[in-house]
Amino acid sequence: MKNSSKKKRPMTVKARRKFIRTVIMGAGLIGTSLLGFIPVLGRWKERVRPPGALKEQPFLASCIKCGQCVQVCPVNAIKLAELDEGFGIGSPYIDTRAQSCDFSCDGLQCVLACPTGALTHELNYPHETDMGIAKVARPESCLAVLGQGFKGQARGPEYDGLLRYDEIDRWNPILVREHPYDLELCDLCVRQCPIEIRANQCDAGKPPSADENQCPPKRAIRLVEIDNAEGVRRMKPEILDGCVGCGVCDMICPIEPSVFEIDVTSSRGWAA
Amino acid sequence: MSRISRSLSELFGNDPKKPVPDDYTPEAKDLHAFQRTDEETKKRVDGIKVELAEKHAHPPLEKLRLKRWAVLLLVNLLFVFSFYLDIQLLEGALTASRFVGFHLADLNSALQVMLAFKHVVLNLLIGTVTVFIAWWLLGGRTFCSWACPYHLLAEWAEILHLKLVQKKWVTDHPFDRRARTWFWIIFVALALVTGYTVYETISPTGILSRALIYGPGLALLWVALLLLFEIFYSRRAWCRYACPIGLTYGMVGATSPLIVQYELSSCFHEGECRKVCLVPHVLETVIKGRARGTEVEIGADCTRCGRCVDSCPTNSLMFKFKGLGNLL
Repeated sequence: MKNSSKKKRPMTVKARRKFIRTVIMGAGLIGTSLLGFIPVLGRWKERVRPPGALKEQPFLASCIKCGQCVQVCPVNAIKLAELDEGFGIGSPYIDTRAQSCDFSCDGLQCVLACPTGALTHELNYPHETDMGIAKVARPESCLAVLGQGFKGQARGPEYDGLLRYDEIDRWNPILVREHPYDLELCDLCVRQCPIEIRANQCDAGKPPSADENQCPPKRAIRLVEIDNAEGVRRMKPEILDGCVGCGVCDMICPIEPSVFEIDVTSSRGWAA
Repeated sequence: MSRISRSLSELFGNDPKKPVPDDYTPEAKDLHAFQRTDEETKKRVDGIKVELAEKHAHPPLEKLRLKRWAVLLLVNLLFVFSFYLDIQLLEGALTASRFVGFHLADLNSALQVMLAFKHVVLNLLIGTVTVFIAWWLLGGRTFCSWACPYHLLAEWAEILHLKLVQKKWVTDHPFDRRARTWFWIIFVALALVTGYTVYETISPTGILSRALIYGPGLALLWVALLLLFEIFYSRRAWCRYACPIGLTYGMVGATSPLIVQYELSSCFHEGECRKVCLVPHVLETVIKGRARGTEVEIGADCTRCGRCVDSCPTNSLMFKFKGLGNLL
């Protein structure tokens, strides 16, 4: 500035204060925004992402945090992350125990809704998704392992999760609590697995929407015979290669805490 | 220096330059000389006395401001109702959405995603171009004052701040306006280098939009902190000195046809407009002797909020859509 030399001394002090203030504010703001790195690098929360989600880094890079996937989900499975997930703020995840994706929209509505390709448009069918893989984390509490059946509401009278039961309503999911079970041996995880349901329909010659492409090439879960410590023959859930990590087994398991966990640490997600 | 480069220079945070004699149009020069005559000065001084007395006796209702608030709330509630009533009119949030199925993407959010992801899908490109054209037509930073939910809260915080200043309980601490340009550059660089949409973490616009639509959460504490900072320390600090979204839209609006236009001949230079303006540097032209022409377009940093239009006692500031004449 040409006339800065003409300015009186107090002005210079004021200007200097303003400069210092601005530098502090700037450092504070940039610093605060970079705090978002901590939960991401520290992997504070391992989230199950919606169907079609890219691998975690490109997923967070490409997600524009708009929630359009949340709005189209017929079972309200998708939630948005909070500030404590740092750079992941506003990104969609699924709490599988509370409400998992049962693919009851068939057409992967969230994938179609995603404006940025964070949920890749490269896939068309539920069995092509890779949200993670189920793990039988607590086999000792599994009703099948204990040789027990199950009667009643899978998750109790208060639970407001939804599932689609093809035999009741092909198009609309209903409350799980409105669909009580009466099973001699508990096989809820196998029975409600969306991949297994589709595979069974295909085996029966009735693929969903009469579309052969809907048929999963691999099975996802089954009960296998095991001998327990006392030498008694029992059944135990076993996860197969066709599992996509949707988490319906985790959701429907009547045991608290659930026998299952969804592992997202392995190579889940699509390549960008 | 051309009008647009002056306007951009002010947008990036430089102080407005006083005009040199060659800058004035002959008409403006004559008008300034005319306004300096004793007779005109007396007329103006008397006029200001009368109008300020009138303003004091009957504080005018800021009609445009109320209309703008209504529009801002409507835009944001359209998102909310679209979701709650499942009418699929405006799906998504302010960062990206679909209006009756047609993609829209906030320019700054889209920029962050493109730089972090380093890959652009067609839908995002369509949304970005659509929004670019729409806000260019509507004035660029029009987004700030007519759509951004943080702007509304900040306006209410500003009312509080000004009351506290009046009582001498707090003073305004201005920052260097160039800070916003640095933030813009740094957040662009951070997205590119880290591969994450770093700015979205602290964007009060995104946070508030999502909170309205998907329910409140922890991130609102950050927004509250910003508002407290503005109430007790620095007037409108976020919008004035920090927000890269504002700068992005400012650049879009630099050549927009929708502007606020200043009319020198009727102006009394009482400065009422500069008192209410979010970005008073764009109104330096209304200071006596500063207008380069008899009609001056207000610069790119202007949010087209219309408070100057509302507050001008002589109607010397008007909305104009170039090619269509005066709007108000």
